[in-house]
Amino acid sequence: MNQDIQLSGAEMARYARHITIPEFGLEGQKKLKQAKVLVIGSGGLGSPVLLYLAAAGVGTIGIVDFDTVDESNLQRQILFNVNDVGHSKAETAKSRLEALNPHINIIVYKTRFTRENALELVSQYDVVADGTDNFPTRYLVNDACVLAGKVNVYASIFQFEGQVSVFNFLNADGTRGPNYRDMFPEPPPPGLVPNCAEGGVLGVLPGIIGSMQASEVIKVVTGVGEPLAGRLFLFDAASFTTRILKVQKSPATKITELINYEQFCGIEPPAEKRAVKEVSVQELHELFEQGADFQLIDVREPHEYAVANLDGELIPLATVAGAAHRISKNKKVIVHCRSGVRSANAIRELEDLFGFDNLYNLKGGILAWSKEIDSEVPAY
Amino acid sequence: MAKIIIPTPLRKFTGNTATFETKGQTIGEAIQELIDNHQALSKHLLDDNNKLRSFIKVYLGEEDINSLQKEATSVAENAVISIVPAIAGGC
Repeated sequence: MNQDIQLSGAEMARYARHITIPEFGLEGQKKLKQAKVLVIGSGGLGSPVLLYLAAAGVGTIGIVDFDTVDESNLQRQILFNVNDVGHSKAETAKSRLEALNPHINIIVYKTRFTRENALELVSQYDVVADGTDNFPTRYLVNDACVLAGKVNVYASIFQFEGQVSVFNFLNADGTRGPNYRDMFPEPPPPGLVPNCAEGGVLGVLPGIIGSMQASEVIKVVTGVGEPLAGRLFLFDAASFTTRILKVQKSPATKITELINYEQFCGIEPPAEKRAVKEVSVQELHELFEQGADFQLIDVREPHEYAVANLDGELIPLATVAGAAHRISKNKKVIVHCRSGVRSANAIRELEDLFGFDNLYNLKGGILAWSKEIDSEVPAY
Repeated sequence: MAKIIIPTPLRKFTGNTATFETKGQTIGEAIQELIDNHQALSKHLLDDNNKLRSFIKVYLGEEDINSLQKEATSVAENAVISIVPAIAGGC
């Protein structure tokens, strides 16, 4: 099948250690050169995936990422360095990968992966590697892969834990292996499983898990070895334990079209949420300067408070209703979090349950404070 | 005794305990014993009908209990029960 694919002398030299592996050989390397792999997300998982796929000689690599490099990414996103902060992740990744391997073709999509573009993007590739960071996009990637008939090499991480699987694998008999919805028919409610920014992640963990993800992509493309289809690999770096669990197809799983994934995951569009009263970071700064009598409540988690705080009273969002007696009803109360989302939710909950009318959300949260008032307060 | 492995996202409801030893003879009894000791876990593991929530997978060894006898699945003396939640991080 790879009669038309030829490797140049330079490529033969570059890939010599692959070609030497008996079951991999020249045929495996030609399959890699012929392959088109779409990597969605070029962050923690995407970094090692892209570096290893490029180094290994995957002929065409697509990168979907709308984001720019942030200082807080550098603890784990090894594609980027300090000079890249503020620049497009996808563009930066492309130049880094082209320097690593000039024999491959990198295509950049500086866009969000959405219901509108998902099928068109996925259809142009053979295999997808999902390195996204939220539940709506996870389900979207899965469903698009199922509808387009593509293998979804999945990995995800949280704090010290990682998961890897190969979904929608094409079996020898033409049937497809289990997909993400067979494993998790429904997402957890919003807030139960925090994202990396809120929950944190050990920097080396995406390196370990992303490397396994890259390995599975290479196995799927070349047909070498036994891919992790119908199985879920779990790794806990804290205890160095690994488990492999069986994943079975569920007759209840039916994917016929792409849906509204925010709604599916219980995330209401901002417009549908009741607006809360707000103050800007400048207004808060003035209140501090004036020595005004007000209460400042911080609804983040203790570990976030330890990273950066405005000396507010710490009442994590999950405990806010039980701590309502600590919140004044007689003076101005400003509630803040990292970006302003959780504090707005806290205000709505307190207004609904206890009838507060003196609560103000700090617009943009501690990130805005860091950017506009005091850069010594870390933006994390 | 059988052991339940609690995943990281749920450890905030178990005082950061990663494992729990149970005398439960079935998966249902084992999960109930876990909840009796860590009440805050209840609403995250069980729905209003006391059934396991669909975003939580429970495994006995390497087998999904949905492919066994679900909550009625017998638990052997030294069995390992894994609670596996969906996680989405990649960033």
